[in-house]
Order: sequence, then C-alpha cells, then structure tokens
Amino acid sequence: MEKTYYRKRIRWLTIIIGLSIALLFTVLFALMTGVMGPIGNGIPGIDKISFRAVFEILLGKGNWPDTYKTIILKIRLPRIILAGLVGSALAVAGCAMQGLFRNPMASPYILGASSGAAFGASLVIVLGLSIFGIYTMQLSAFIFAVQAVFVVYNIARCKGRTPVETLLLAGIAVGCFFSALVSFMKYISGEELRSIVFWLMGGFWSATWDKVYAIFPLIILGVGVLLFFSKALNIMLTGESTAMHLGIEVENMKRIVLIFSTLITAAAVSVSGIIGFVGLIIPHVMRIIVGPDHRILLPSSCITGAIFLILADTLTRSIIEPTELPVGIVTALLGAPFFLYLLRRKKKVKWW
Amino acid sequence: MVVKIRVENVSFNYDSIKALENITFEIDKNILGIIGPNGSGKTTLLKCISSILKPVTGTILLDNNELSTLNRKEIAKIIGVVPQTANITFPLTVIDIVLMGRNPHKKRLEFETEKDIRIAENSLKATGIHHLANRLITELSGGELQKVIVARALAQEPKILLLDEPTAHLDIHYQLEILEFIRNLNAEKKLTVISVFHDLNLAARFCDKLILLNDGKIYSIGNTDEVLIAENIRNVYKVNVKIEKHPVTGRPNVILISPVNNGDSYV
Repeated sequence: MEKTYYRKRIRWLTIIIGLSIALLFTVLFALMTGVMGPIGNGIPGIDKISFRAVFEILLGKGNWPDTYKTIILKIRLPRIILAGLVGSALAVAGCAMQGLFRNPMASPYILGASSGAAFGASLVIVLGLSIFGIYTMQLSAFIFAVQAVFVVYNIARCKGRTPVETLLLAGIAVGCFFSALVSFMKYISGEELRSIVFWLMGGFWSATWDKVYAIFPLIILGVGVLLFFSKALNIMLTGESTAMHLGIEVENMKRIVLIFSTLITAAAVSVSGIIGFVGLIIPHVMRIIVGPDHRILLPSSCITGAIFLILADTLTRSIIEPTELPVGIVTALLGAPFFLYLLRRKKKVKWW
Repeated sequence: MVVKIRVENVSFNYDSIKALENITFEIDKNILGIIGPNGSGKTTLLKCISSILKPVTGTILLDNNELSTLNRKEIAKIIGVVPQTANITFPLTVIDIVLMGRNPHKKRLEFETEKDIRIAENSLKATGIHHLANRLITELSGGELQKVIVARALAQEPKILLLDEPTAHLDIHYQLEILEFIRNLNAEKKLTVISVFHDLNLAARFCDKLILLNDGKIYSIGNTDEVLIAENIRNVYKVNVKIEKHPVTGRPNVILISPVNNGDSYV
C-alpha cells in the first residue's frame, strides 16, 4: 500500500512537470506566432519570428531588429502572460467553486462576479468616467465584481451558516439583476455600444505590462491560498456534516475559499472582460484526465487553464488577419467539441 | 483511555419547535442505544453530541472538557461519526476515503505518512475489507460502503463512536456483522459507543443501556431490559407488543402485535 501511494505521488509529480514543460513551449510558440503587418520582412500578413530570435531576445542577446524586440517584449509577452494568468485564475476558481458547491455546473461566475464586473465596466464606458485615469474601467469592473459576490454572500448568510443552495440561488438572482442593469446601459448608450459589446465578449487586445503587474500578485496569492485548501476540498466532497466530523471548520473554509476565488476571478475579469468556458470546462477536463483529488486537480487545472487560454488567444490574433476575434468566441468554439468528445469517450466512468 | 460523556440539561429548538428538552445522562465504556419514534429527537441529540448543532441551553462534557470550547479538529480526535448513509458520488479510492479519517491528526498541507497509511490499512483489515483498498468507492455495494465509512471513523482513532442508524439500509447479514464488529471494538478498545436505532430488536441485542426518547424528553433510561418493557413501548410508540427472552441470545425480543387505536385505553 505504501508503494501504491509512492507511485501516486510520482505520477502527480510527472503530471505537473509535464504540464509545466507544455506551458513553456506554449509560451514560446505564442511568442513566435501572430500578425506582424507591414513590418514582417516586407511581407504583409503572417510572419513567424524564428525560435532562435524569440529565445535570444528573451535572454537579451543577439542582434535582432528593434521592431522584433518591441513585438516580442512590449506587445506579445505581456499579452501572453496576461492570458496565462487569467486562464489560471479562472480554472482554479472554477475548480474550487465546483468542489465547494459539490455542483458540476458551478463556475467562477456563478456568484455574480461576471455580471457585477460587466456592470462596473459598462457604467464607466457609458458615463465616460476617468476618475482613476486610463484604468478606471478595470478598477470599476474589479470593485463591482467583488461587491456583487459580497452582497450574495451576505444575503445567503443566516444564523452563522451559509447553505450552498441559498448561495447559488442568491448568486443567480444578483447576477440577473446586474445583467438587467447592463442591458439598460447598452440601451441608453449610443456610440459606446460597440465598446460594451466587445468588453463583454472578452479579449486581450489591450494587454499591457501595467495590467500584468496589477493582477499578478493578486492571482498568485489567491491561487496559492486555494491550493492550501485542496485536502479540505476533497473532504468537503463527502458532504458538509461529514466534513465537520472529520475536523474541518466548514463555515470558515467556505468563507476563505469564496473570498480568494472571488478576488482572482474579479482580477481576471477586470483585465480581460468576460471569458466564458475556461472556468467551467477546464476543471472538468482535468477531472476526467487526472481524477477528482484536488491535490492534483487544482494545480493541473491551473497550468492547463493557462495553456488553453494562451493557445486560444494566439489563435484569435492569427486566424483572421489583420484583425482579431474576441477570445471568448474561440474558447467556446474549440473547447466545447473537445470537451464533448472527452465526455462521450469516458461515458462509462462516473466522474462526478 | 475511556472518555466519559456527560450531557447536562441539554435543550434544542428548531426555530420555535422544541426538539430536545432538559436531556441529562452520563455514559462511559458502554454501548448506549437511543430509541424513540420519528421526531422524538434521536438524531438531534446525536448531532448535539457530535457538535453539528449547538444546544440552546445546557452543556456537554467530554471528561472535564466542555464540548463547545473545543475546535473541530480536537473534537474529531475524540469523536468518530458514522452517518446513516454516505452519499459519495465521485470516484476516489477506498484507501483515499479512509485516509480522510487521518485529517484531524494532520496539518493542512501535510501528506500522509507511512504511519497514517498503516493506521488506515489496519482499520480496513479490522472491518474485513482490506482487499477493496484500491477499488473505487463508486463501485461498492451499500454494505461494503458502510464498512468503509466505519473504517474511516476508526482511522480517526476516536475514543467515542457515534452511529446514526448505521445499518438502516443494509441486509440482515451486514446488519449483524457490522454491529457485532462494533461490539467487539467496544470490548477490546474500550470505545464508548452511542447509536440511534429504529429497529428495537437490534437495539435490544447490542446495547448495554438504552434511552427512550419521546417528544424531545427522556421517557425512560436504564439497562436494556429495564427500558424495553411492553408498557413503555405502548405509551411511546403507540404499539402493542409482547416482550420475550430471545431463546438463543437471552436478550429481550420484541414481538409486534398491533398499533394502539385511539379508542383503546392506555395501560
């Protein structure tokens, strides 16, 4: 039996190392790929920057044209890191929510974070606010996302307990309320309608290093804290009262998991808009592949979420040149069929 | 090391409905059965003792420690709970589930050590399901699953075992097997056992002492043969019974006769 356990840990380590290597290659591939327009060696359209060029520019060596350096270091790299962070955050938050609620339909947006953020962003767009400079919209989206979940949590709280059913229902109701407000904003907007619609579809076209710096600490902290709870999330799968019998402070844990899931979701949404699918499906895909134990499920979802969103974003900026698709469209168009394929193939195994 | 439980004047309400009223008793090293009709407060009492519910008034003492001053991990090191049914619908292996019983003894990020695995294996051996260790929990029968849950409670190395109709959904073979096993535990490991029963004959067979609850109050408490008398059953359950000595075990055996109709006079 100790041997089986030893083997399991080796297997987990192999999965994590394998996925990390895959992530590294995804990043390099994404750095090489994309539209360069007229500066691409005089050839308009797609032009790959060679692997060697990417590698040497990252290390600050070699004699490559400044345009290359600008494209790699100022345009693509922050965008790729941002997509990776957002993908990780959404996948981990989704995984934690599904575990906490013991509900396969749960996603990072289930408690109204996305609708809150959408309202926050559209409010700024329509009113043309710029109290906090160019990042007013991001800040407003973040604040409203957190505040929506805060409202939901306090509505669902009763006599020191927060039943998950009430949380889910309150989340749906508050989400509908904010969605209606967003619709109202769209209705009264004129020229800005296009901006709102684009923001709602989600994307990384305005990625900057500033945004990376802003969300990096939040997401690393949040993901770290949630990983800390992986064993407790396993035990929560056996039901709340059983979890109490096994020594889990259930209400405490619920609060902490919700706070940090919400923080990373809000951080992700504030810089990228509402990217669906990643937070719902990546945890399911990983559950099929690595199993339901959160000690491997959370970290592997984290890495896979990053890989998936970086690939999807790379596709959005190279598929229709010279423009690009909103990444939310690509994630669902690619991810849904793949997920359905896995679902059919593993039909015999009850994985939830 | 036997832990003595003392329940003092415990009352509990669900909103305005009184569920328990001034329950007082004391138990160590015995098997205590809690019996009573539906809605008499059996499960509520068990939940108060396992600290899922907090009594409105009164205190519960484990030796000299008040239950409400202990945190969940400390309680889980003393009290193991076997619920009526375990609803586990995701494919973890049996050994994973049993190892969850080690949680109260572990720090948050700490992996299981060889010692934990040994303890989990011993509980699987004790319940006779060591061969299932690497099977998925979703593939087991109801009886096997309940044994896994008992093994998980044992892996906690508790001093007190609480059971809520542990054999309610099992066939007669598993019923007797699991209860015999628990009685052996009580004898060998000096484990205090408190269990809720619906089946009066199972209660009669396995319990040293009984509490008969009626409307949230203790109607009768004492040795099994003192509590399990026809008059008590008739007054509380509204059923006419005849109680005989079981020809083989020598324990009281309840033979059901008929429900008491409203027209009948009470004895």
